Amino acid sequence: MRRQIPLAITFIGGVVMIIQYFIPHQISQEIYRGVLDWQMIVGGFVLVLGIGSLVTHHTEKVKRQKEGWGYSLVALLGLVMMAIAGLFFGGMASDKPFMQIFIYAQNPIQATMFSLLAFFIASAAYRAFRARSFIATLLLLAAIIVMIGRVPIGAKIWSPIRVISNWLLDYPNMVAKRAIGLGVGLGMLSTALKIILGIERSYLGGGK
Amino acid sequence: MNIYEKMMSIDRRILFILIAVSVIIPLLKPLLLPINVTKEVRHLYEFIDSLKPGEAILLSLDYDPSTMAECHPMALGILRHCFGKGIKVMVTSLARPEGLGTAEMALTQAAREYEKKNGEDYVFLGYKPAPGAVMLSMGENFRLAFPNDYYGTSMEDIPMMRGIKNYKDLKIVITISGSGIIDTWVIYAGGRYGVPIGAGVTAVMATDYYKYLQSGQLVGLLGGLKGAAEYEKLIRHPDMATKGMDGQNMAHLLIVFFIVIGNIGYILGKRAKSTKGK
Repeated sequence: MRRQIPLAITFIGGVVMIIQYFIPHQISQEIYRGVLDWQMIVGGFVLVLGIGSLVTHHTEKVKRQKEGWGYSLVALLGLVMMAIAGLFFGGMASDKPFMQIFIYAQNPIQATMFSLLAFFIASAAYRAFRARSFIATLLLLAAIIVMIGRVPIGAKIWSPIRVISNWLLDYPNMVAKRAIGLGVGLGMLSTALKIILGIERSYLGGGK
Repeated sequence: MNIYEKMMSIDRRILFILIAVSVIIPLLKPLLLPINVTKEVRHLYEFIDSLKPGEAILLSLDYDPSTMAECHPMALGILRHCFGKGIKVMVTSLARPEGLGTAEMALTQAAREYEKKNGEDYVFLGYKPAPGAVMLSMGENFRLAFPNDYYGTSMEDIPMMRGIKNYKDLKIVITISGSGIIDTWVIYAGGRYGVPIGAGVTAVMATDYYKYLQSGQLVGLLGGLKGAAEYEKLIRHPDMATKGMDGQNMAHLLIVFFIVIGNIGYILGKRAKSTKGK
């Protein structure tokens, strides 16, 4: 029963939602709105679960003083501090502590982390783009054309580079992305059908 | 180590310093090179420009501080364009909770510049988890997903929301994003409810969305800082993106220069080895 009931719920839910899509009747619309409400409620619980899991993980690390426990302590303090600022010190208006901490602490920290990527990408591009084979040379040339063609100085150096860069994005790039997109779409469709029909059961857990 | 090997293995610290210098100097002393406007940016601009005062759009600011450098100027550009034309803007942030802060910053700044009033000229809906479900709910009725706005005012008490029920009452949904949430907007809001979608994304993500441009699923696309700078040029309000383009110019040139140096070293080194072997 522990397996049959979830499988039955999945099957009925999936089939009802497929049929519902093609029936614009009021009852069908009410069912649809009800399902949407439920989805958002479940989404809210996922957030609670996430916070719970984060707290448990870091508390455990601090308690056992595992390697890097100091960072876990900072994470927990940050969580508590933001919650207190948001709940007890005037909510989330831009002049209140919650938003001030966000603007002057979280904002520069996250922006700095992402900015470091520019340096690593520069170093990785220098080491990875080598004309080792015909295919690698094609990749190298495409990268150089797009990199130069996408910035204003490219047109100053050689004006046709902008046209070539746009052509690369509009045709070869789009063809490849569309092929991947179609593959992913068909994969999602077949996986959804397999789940609804009970062929794919890994979401139930329990190994096999 | 011979000269060719040296050309192929320049110390990464030298690269890092040169990249930093190439970005900082143009910021201090701008080159102000002309920015060419691409068709995907122009299409989005023209779509918004064709709207009449009083018409409404939904702007979903689905980015957080990590991608702010590229996405924030896009958000400001679109908000300035809309506010300048008297277009009403509903703003939400569905990708991550941190996006709320950046969205509020953009909205407050643009509203202050154009003296726009909350509830009359714009509404900030805020964040709700499960973005797919929220997008579908908004397609039925905005009040299902957001009974109150971000500041806790009931939707019934917001003057701007009178006559706005769902996507049918909006002219376009625009998402500015540093994540894959655009696909969800295209599929759920565009596909199911038929509302036109426009997008702004980081430069590394832009190549993923040309397929939607060609199929007409996206009205227009702003790609990275360049897209934001193009939009600033179109609305005649040069700001952060335009200033940043000079740094990007120099950094791209420098990276290409090092790639070329590395390849010259590789090719000449290989040739020297084969000559030695003979």
